[in-house]
Order: sequence, then C-alpha cells, then structure tokens
Amino acid sequence: MQRKENSVKLSALFVLTLLFLFMATAAAAALADPSTGLTNIFAPASTPAKMVAHLSVFVLAITGVIFVVVFTLLVYSIIKFRGRAVDAGREPAQVYGSTQIELAWTIIPILIVIVLFLATARAIHAVQDAPEPAGAIEVTAIGHQFWWEFRYPKLGVVTANELHLPVSDPANPTPTFLTLLSADTDHSFWIPELAGKTDLIPNHPNRMWMDPLRTGIFLGQCAQYCGVQHAKMLLRVSVDSPADFAAWARGQQQPAVQDASVATGRRVFERNACMNCHAVAGTNANGRFGPDLTHLMSRVTIASGATTNTPENLRLWIQDPNAIKPGSLMPAMKLSDSDLDAVVSYMETLR
Amino acid sequence: MSSNAITIPGVQIEDKPWIDILHEWVTTVDHKCLGVLYILYALLFLVVAGVEALIIRIQLMFPHNHFVSPEVFNRLFTMHGTTMVFFMGMPILFGFANYLVPLMIGARDMAFPRLNAFSFWLSALGGFLLYFSLVGANGLYGAGNAPDVGWWAYAPLTARAFSPGHSTDYWTLALLVSGFGSIGTAINIIATILCMRCPGMKLSRMPLLAWLNLVMSGMVLISVSPLSAAQIMLLIDRYLGSHFFDTQAGGSAMLWMHFFWIFGHPEVYILIIPCFAFMSEIIPVFSRKPIFGYPVMVAATVCIGFVSMSVWAHHMFSVGMNSYANSFFTITTMAVGIPTGIKIFNWLGTMWGGRIQFKVPMLFSIGFLFQFLIAGLTGVMLGSAAFASQLTLSYFVVAHFHYTLVGGVVFGVFAAIYYWYPKITGRMLNETLGKLHFWLFLIGFHLTFDLMHIPGLLGMPRRIYTYEPGRGWATLNLLISVGGFIQAIAVVIFVANLVISYFKGKKAGNDPWDAWTLEWSTSSPPPAYNFASIPVVASRRPLWDLKHPEDPDSQYE
Amino acid sequence: MSAMANPFPQTSATWSLPYRGKVAMAGLIIAESAIFTIFVVAYLFYAGKSLTGPTPREVLETPIFYTICLLSSSLTIHFAAKSLARDRVGAFLGLWVLTIVLGGTFMYGTGQEWHRLIYEHGLTISTNLFGTTYYSLVGLHAFHVTAGLVILCLVAIFAVAGRVRVEQSRRVEVLSMYWHFVDAVWVVVFTVVYVLGR
Repeated sequence: MQRKENSVKLSALFVLTLLFLFMATAAAAALADPSTGLTNIFAPASTPAKMVAHLSVFVLAITGVIFVVVFTLLVYSIIKFRGRAVDAGREPAQVYGSTQIELAWTIIPILIVIVLFLATARAIHAVQDAPEPAGAIEVTAIGHQFWWEFRYPKLGVVTANELHLPVSDPANPTPTFLTLLSADTDHSFWIPELAGKTDLIPNHPNRMWMDPLRTGIFLGQCAQYCGVQHAKMLLRVSVDSPADFAAWARGQQQPAVQDASVATGRRVFERNACMNCHAVAGTNANGRFGPDLTHLMSRVTIASGATTNTPENLRLWIQDPNAIKPGSLMPAMKLSDSDLDAVVSYMETLR
Repeated sequence: MSSNAITIPGVQIEDKPWIDILHEWVTTVDHKCLGVLYILYALLFLVVAGVEALIIRIQLMFPHNHFVSPEVFNRLFTMHGTTMVFFMGMPILFGFANYLVPLMIGARDMAFPRLNAFSFWLSALGGFLLYFSLVGANGLYGAGNAPDVGWWAYAPLTARAFSPGHSTDYWTLALLVSGFGSIGTAINIIATILCMRCPGMKLSRMPLLAWLNLVMSGMVLISVSPLSAAQIMLLIDRYLGSHFFDTQAGGSAMLWMHFFWIFGHPEVYILIIPCFAFMSEIIPVFSRKPIFGYPVMVAATVCIGFVSMSVWAHHMFSVGMNSYANSFFTITTMAVGIPTGIKIFNWLGTMWGGRIQFKVPMLFSIGFLFQFLIAGLTGVMLGSAAFASQLTLSYFVVAHFHYTLVGGVVFGVFAAIYYWYPKITGRMLNETLGKLHFWLFLIGFHLTFDLMHIPGLLGMPRRIYTYEPGRGWATLNLLISVGGFIQAIAVVIFVANLVISYFKGKKAGNDPWDAWTLEWSTSSPPPAYNFASIPVVASRRPLWDLKHPEDPDSQYE
Repeated sequence: MSAMANPFPQTSATWSLPYRGKVAMAGLIIAESAIFTIFVVAYLFYAGKSLTGPTPREVLETPIFYTICLLSSSLTIHFAAKSLARDRVGAFLGLWVLTIVLGGTFMYGTGQEWHRLIYEHGLTISTNLFGTTYYSLVGLHAFHVTAGLVILCLVAIFAVAGRVRVEQSRRVEVLSMYWHFVDAVWVVVFTVVYVLGR
C-alpha cells in the first residue's frame, strides 16, 4: 500500500517535472525567436524603457531569491514531515507558535519592502519628472476609436497611426515628449521597447517621453480596452536618423499633391461625404473625425495597422471596412465600382 | 467519535414528495440550506463562466483567428470576469461562511435567518439579470446583447454615446442588486459572530474561519458600497442626463476608476480571505498540529483588511498620476504583501514538525501555498509602479490575477469542498477521482497560467480578440489554450465526483478527518438545530480537549 | 451532547454578548456611510468645476430652519426611546409623532427648495456638474429620510394600536440609531453643500 502510494507520487512528480521542462523549453523558444525582439520589455531601446528594465531585473532578482528560499522550505517540509504508516495514532508535538520566528519573518520582509520601494521611487521619479531639454520634439497624440492622431505642433505636421521620430544622441539628446489626449474613450499608448505605457483619457491630458537610442521600427498597440476594435488599434514608430526625420517632416508639411489625372477620383472623394471625416491639406476636405489623408501613401499600413497599404487593401477598406476591421467607425461608402477605382487612384497620389 | 446529538433518520426525508422538498428549499431560512444553495448556484456559474473562458481561449489559439467575432469576444471576456467574481467567487464564499460559521461558533443559525434568505435570493436575482441581458437588451448595433464593457466598465465607454442599448444597464443592475445581497449577508455574518457565540467562546477562542469571515464581512461593508454608489451614478448619468462621468461636461473618467478600484481592490481580498480561512482550518488538521501563531494570523488578517483599503490605485499606474501618488501606492501595495507573506510562513510553520497526510483537501492546500507564493511575488512586481508601467494592462496581469483567483481561490474552494462535503452530505467524495481531479487541474493550471506571464512580457495587451503574428505570442497562446482544456476535463471529473459520491460515497460519520472544531461534533449532515445542546468551550480546539483529556489546549491558552 | 455540555468548570461570569439588532444596525450604518462618502467625495471633487450654469453661490439658500427641525427630531426620538424603556407609552407616542412631524417638515423644506431651484433658476440634475452632484447627494439623503419616515410611521401605527410596550424598546432603540445616522449625514451634507461648497 505504501509502495503503491509512493509509486503514484513518484509518477506524479515525474509528470510535473516533464511539464515544467516542457514549459521552460516553450518559453525559451518564444524568447529566442528573433521576431520577439519587436515588443519585448526586456529589449529596451530608449532611456525610460531602460530605467524600467533595470529596475525590473532588480525586482525579479529579489523576488526570485524569496521564491527559491520559500519554495525550498515548502518542498522540504512536505518531504521531511510527511506522515508515515508507523506514525498512525500518535500526534506530533503541538506547537502553538514562536514569537522570535514571527518577529524574524516580519522584520526581514519589511526591510525587503523598504529596499524595493526606494529603488522603485527612484525609477518613478527619473521617468516621470525628467526635465524637457531644448531640442525635444513635441508630439500631441489624440486617441480615437480606433486610430491614433499625431500632431507635431512645432513642425506643423498632422498624420495618423504611424509615428516618425528622430534617433536621440545621448550627447545631444532630442527626446520626444508626447501630450496624450483622447477624443472619445480611454486608450493607452504602449510601445514596449521605447517606454512604459501611459493612458489617453478624455478631459485629462497626460505627458510622457521617450528618446529612441537606435534607428529602426518599433511596434506597439493600444493597451486600454476602448471598444470593439481595441485589438486592431496598432502603433508603428519609425525611428529615423536626424536627416531622414527632417526629410520626412518636410514632406509631411507640404500640402497634398495635386495630380490632374485623378480629378475624377478627387471629385468622388469630395462629393461622397468623405470630407466630412477626413482632411486633405490644401483642399476643401478638413474633417477631423477620421485620419488625415494628406500623405496617406507615406504610411506602410492602413486602418491603424490592420492591414498593409496596398491598392487592393485600400479598395477593400473603402468598399467594406468591416471586411478588414469589423466594427470600425468608418462606414461602407457603397460606391459603384468605377467610383471606387477612381477614388483609390486619387488616394494613391497622396504621397 | 460518537455523537450524542439526536439525529433525524435520513429515511424520513427521502420519502417526501419532490414538490415538498422543492418548496422547503425555496422557502428555507436555515443557514445550512442557504449555504448549499449559494454553493450550488456558484458551481453552476463556475461551469458557465468556464465555458466562456474556453471559447475565449479557442479564439486566441491562433493569430487572426475567426472563431468568434470581436463583438462576441468582448462580451465573453466581460461576462467571464463579471460572472466569476460576482456570481461564482462571492456566492461560494458566502455559502461556506453561511454553512460553517454558526456551526463553528456553536450557534443554531445565523443572527437573521430571513435576511439571510433575502440576501441569497437578491444575489440569485443579480445573476439572473446579468444573463437575461442575452435576450433582454435591445438596441442598436452590437447592443442587443450581453454587456461588452469589461468587468470594470470604465467610463466613458459606458456612456450612452458609446454603449447604446441596455446591455450596460443589465451589468449595472445585476451588480447593484447582488451588491445589496452581499451587504446583507455581511451584516448577518458580523452580527452572528459578535452576538451568537456559544458560552466560553471568547473572540480569542474562535476558529480562524470565523475571524477571517468577520474581517471579510467588515471589508464588504466598506468596499461594496462604493461600487453601489458608483453604479447609481452611472445609472443616473445614462438615464437622467447627469454628468458624473461625462467628460464633455467637465466630468472625469478618472473618478469612475478611483471609485471602482476603491471597491475592486478590497474585493480581491474579500475573495481570498475566506480561502485563507479554509487553509487555516485544513492545513492544521492534515498536519496534525494546531495552526502556528494564531494571534499573529488574526492580527495579520486585520492588518490586510485595513491596508488593502489604501492600495487601490495600483490598478491605475498607467493613467498618469504624479510621481508622489505612484510612489505612495507602491509602498502601500508592497506593505500589504507583508502580512500576507506572514500568513504563508505561518502555514509553513504549521506543516513543519507535523505528520502530513496527503488527502485530497491537503493536496489542494499545498497547491494553494505554492501558487499563492508565486502570485504574491508577481504582485510585488506589479506593485512597483515603474515596473508596472510595462506590466499593467498586459497578459502579465491576467496571469497574475488568475494565479491568485484560480491558483488561490479555486484551489482553496476545491480544498474546502473535499473537506466539508462529508459534513454537508454525510458521504465522502471519492479519493481516487479527487486525486485525478487534483493532478489534472494542477497540470492544466500551470500550463496555462505559468506560460501566460510571457506574452505579457513580450508586449501582448489584454482584452484583444486577436493578435498579430510575428510577435512571439502565437505558440505560447496555443499552449495556454491547451492547458485550459486540461483544466476543463479536470472540472468535469470533479462534477462527476460530486454527483456520484452523493449517491454512492462512503458514509462519513461525524468526524472523518479527526478534526478539532465544533462542526465535527455533530452528525453529518447536522440536524436542523445543529446541536442537541449548546456547547460550552474552554479552548480553540474543543474536540482536541475532548479527545485528549490528559493534555487539553485549555491548559496552554 | 451531554459529553460536550460541560466537561470543564463553568465560566464564572455570565456569558453575555451584544444585542444583535444593534450590531446589525451598526453594520448597516457603516455600509451606508461608505455610500454617502462616495457621493460627498464626488461633490467636493466637482466643486467649482462646472463648465456652465448656475453656481451654488448664485442659487443656494441655507436651510437653517429645516436643519433645526431635522436635528431636533434626533432629540425627540432619543427621548421617545428613553420613555419607552421606562414603559411610559404615552410620552413615547407623543415624542415619536413629533419626530415624524419634524422629519416631514424637513422633507417639505427640501421639496420647496428643489421647486425653487428647478423653476426659478433652471437648475436640474443635468444642467451642470453642480446640479448633478447637488441633487444626487441631497436626494440620496432625502431618500434615506423618507425610508426612515415610512418605518417611523409604521411604528406609530402599531403604537396607536397599543402594541408597542417596553418589550419593544430594544427594537425602537435600533430604529433611533438609524434616525440619528440620517441626522448625522445631514450635518455632513449641510457642511459640504451650504458651507464649504460655496
């Protein structure tokens, strides 16, 4: 009976060990995959993200030690003090407690908490109360259901969903400071490799900053449930060299390209209520409900990252947004095929 | 141990026509029947909300999956969270409190039996209202259905502009009604414990289960009321045109968050403290030693009760509070981990030097200890505001709170069911099926919730009906979903065990576990009047004193 | 269970525990206080933040007389309960009815004030943040006064029928606890709305 119980316990332990090994492998595989470098909080590429990552490693180390100690004691107690058949009928010593032990395991955790708190407070202050240097880029981000509006007030740029930022040289920092607003419900701006997340709350402006330390593409998405298409309110940040950023900004500052060959398409756009929601700089269209389309073709994706910016996708999006992003607030415009082709051709000229 | 209680022969009850039995159950004011009603009601919703979780997990198995639409997914996670917290967690814990507290303090019933019944039926009405929304809520697109605003129902998403139709109103009303039921039961528990203890049972001799339910009930009074207040405000915003959370009129979305979390954080302690109570009763019995540090356990729980009222904004670390506020909530959140840790150490101290019996209740309790340790440590990580700015609103948090709620509350509830089922029904649950349930559920739980931390660290936010490929989330989500199904199989085995053992289980007798508190002194199930004569006690373990007259606890206390 | 009944020496003191009615009412008062606290916090948070519409200073008139009525009703109910404890049923009934009259007068005053605010100043719950927080806070209190008055009237009916004697004095005391709570809340609401909020 004892032997059978022991063998059951051993096989259970064996299964558990296998399970944990399996999970560890899966985890390692996931972490080692190069694509996981896109939104990994432990691959920080900006000062606030680095400050948080360093603090995180410290907290993980301390909690890791606590875990190992208590885990070991628990396992030891289960093994050492398991009831054996020979003990049946006899009760062990009935110990009620021990003041010294209670004091010890009260005071040590208090000390640990103090250490963790001080480290955290330092990081909080460093991230939240950082002064804004003179060369900082100012961006105003306005959250909408289900897209991002970006304005660069000092540069006169208005765009949507895809952010371009200059890389910041630590010797001569050009961080980006964002003012976060919302036009409707709560949203949250999260690019894990560049900064911790900050919410966009209507009637409650927030500030955050990031100084990307290398060029590249950084991804993220809305992190506060904002409605039906919260899942597809994606973010794409392109960190450019200062020269590339300046070139991009200059391009964005221009009014829309006026291409006479797509005049039909432009008329479709202007006559079919598109301009009630969308703006195209230098034309009559200045709606604010939907994204600014002046330089639509400078973006890699459409529908806030829901799909890539190709003529086919654009056509499908205008024809039936629910096919790409069901529940998005863009209505199906019910255009005829010829009107649809015309307006897509017009859009294709908005570089 | 033989009981001198006068028991009613079971045969009499079985001969009654079923309609009379139904009538008895529907009109009962007996704390034991109401306790069973609460527990059965909660188990029903455990299955319903569990199915909702499985559908969520199927949808998330692959990126860009189309198993359910985004609208349905958003309703599913809203209903899953709301159901599990309010119509599984609260009722099952109130059910155990109802059943056990009078028995453990030597009373014949709760202080207010009719209020008890009224509170139960209010809670039941709440659950019914929430699910009636599936048929009742009519309105414009996407609104003719279950609520889809998340279980926290953040403003202004809940305003008429963004949530037309009545689904949000069903959420609000269901919780308002069941909230009043919870307050009623809490008042009842407090009055019972303070006013109905048997002679000799000073507060310092009360079982820890009674103490912890006292603290929990006090917390319910102070923290469910803010939710009720906020929900009244939401209702009048939606129907009388008031502006509490109307940001266009100068109202504040943050105000809802503060009010909700002033409820929401103590609520999770309200859910876990009764499970701490179960641990404090079960671990000593299966270690064959008294609980280590009884006074410290009481003090730590009272401490948790107070400090937990000061930590709420750690759920709001991303909303842009200033650095002083964030630091304040960091220190309070970490501080509340100290008494919680002390409790874990005391349970360890109870097992230390004991003779541990690995019966099913003890297996679930040991699982609880490991899991609550981990959950507490991930809680410390989330309590560090700067670290939390990355972790919050991601799957790391989802993993953390499922670790506490499934790894803690559900494991604790399973332990309690295996431990007290013999008392409630008079029959033992099958030990083999129980062990199978335990191991399967443990494996499924860890596969799902250990791995779930990682997508969070890799940037996966919560409440998304689908996700992008190429972020490293896909394989992990697949494995997480598989774990969910393993847990489901375990729960099926559990339900089968409950049913089969009711008819075929071994007869339990008064005291199958050789335990020490008063409920084991009467028959299984107890008679309607609980005890033939009200007991008089002289220590914390009256049955130990009787079984060991040569070495009673009363000599040492 | 005779084996359980008394194997150890009896506790020498008699075993007495608090009256459950009072404990339960204390619990209810605690829960209700939490609800009122949230509405008070909302009132204070939104003070001065209305974007439009009448301000408190422009439209509020301090209800001194009606406040005195309500606060006096605490005194009358206190003495009513005391009288009943001494089985002086006549004094009890008189003071009890006086409590109801004073409470009713207070409700009349609230109604009159709301009528003036709505029809003369155009302030409703949907006008602005002040309207929202004012009507909800004062209204919640008025609702509790009304509920209290209904119960007090019920007791008065039973008393007139001769059914309320000294045996019911504990229960009457519990009700008077509720009434004192309602008055205490009014002190807070009065301070917040008519003193601080202006």
